[in-house]
Amino acid sequence: MDLFFLAISATFVNNILLAQYLGNCPFLGVSKKLETALGMAMAVVFVTVMAAIFTWVVFTYVLKPYNLEFLQTLSFILIIASLVQLVEIILKKQSRVLYNALGVYLPLITTNCAVMGVALLVAKKEYNFIEMLVFSSTSAVGYGLALILFAGIRERLIISAVPKSMQGTSIALITAGIMALAFIGFQGMA
Amino acid sequence: MANRYLDTLTAGLWKRIPPFRLVLGLCPSLAVTMSAENGLGMGLATAFVLILSNGAISSLRNVIPSKVRIASYIVIIATLVSIVEVLMKAFFFPLSQQLGIYIPLIVVNCIILGRAEGFAARNPPLLSMIDGFSVGTGYALSLLLIGSIREIFGAGAWFGIPVFGETFEPMTFLVSAPGAFVTIGAMLALQNLFSRWRGEKFIQG
Repeated sequence: MDLFFLAISATFVNNILLAQYLGNCPFLGVSKKLETALGMAMAVVFVTVMAAIFTWVVFTYVLKPYNLEFLQTLSFILIIASLVQLVEIILKKQSRVLYNALGVYLPLITTNCAVMGVALLVAKKEYNFIEMLVFSSTSAVGYGLALILFAGIRERLIISAVPKSMQGTSIALITAGIMALAFIGFQGMA
Repeated sequence: MANRYLDTLTAGLWKRIPPFRLVLGLCPSLAVTMSAENGLGMGLATAFVLILSNGAISSLRNVIPSKVRIASYIVIIATLVSIVEVLMKAFFFPLSQQLGIYIPLIVVNCIILGRAEGFAARNPPLLSMIDGFSVGTGYALSLLLIGSIREIFGAGAWFGIPVFGETFEPMTFLVSAPGAFVTIGAMLALQNLFSRWRGEKFIQG
């Protein structure tokens, strides 16, 4: 039951994008079209879970027993950067279909703070392996959900009459604010 | 020659001011600007990393092979961020508790990597450090401004000191998550309006 609440809270209540403000640069960058948003969302889910597993292992079995927590930032970003490279190479060789779908988004993910953020949150809250799996996958799904919903709204924004000074990023941010308001409604659930 | 230094020094304050002109580094601008103090602290930490990383990357620009440059930049930046993290824990403990995971997340702040790739990789160390100083100061000022607006109207105080007296009903909306998006969106719109009024070319869009 606790795991269920953890999942609901990570997906909706503490949505990583709209309540914790992680991963906003790609959020505004790739949400102009539904198709690209879908590709980015899948890539984020995949990499976030992988990165969480690897960083969890390193943090629990290397950094913590030897009191090396101050190396957390450095080791996490190195793990994520090399992981992204590795995934890219493997996908290129093994699955052409998946590579064509996710390929362009993978390099962008290194600087997506959502991936690093989830890894850091897992380390900070000292989750065990199962909790870590649930937390990272549902957080990433929550990110994808917000991204896809937002892309849908943004496709409509293009055809609506927006004041000249507010076009582009400005109106996108205000729309994201209204979406975040809607997500606050989920707080009653947990 | 002196002109170039002056240009670089002032560019970060209006022509390239993040996060408004360069729409980079939005995550911390949204997340830690609940109060003016947090905004300023985050801005200064980022500026510190930016100045040193620009200097280091620029000094090494002829040594780093271009194929692995991004990875090398990230290692340099991550080292500097770790230094900031440890320093803040030692000297500004309450602030570092409040900023939480957003301090290690300076590593993935696109402004720093963006300036490294866009400026420091092509310019001499001193000029790059000036660029880091100017963009960093611009960022710190922006975060202070956003933080001030949200704290004054959202909590009725500035740096923790009440400004409106007892009868003021604070708009708690501004301190919560959606308020952050709306504040920055509105500020971007104002900035666009001002630029158009001054007849500048539209950069952001």
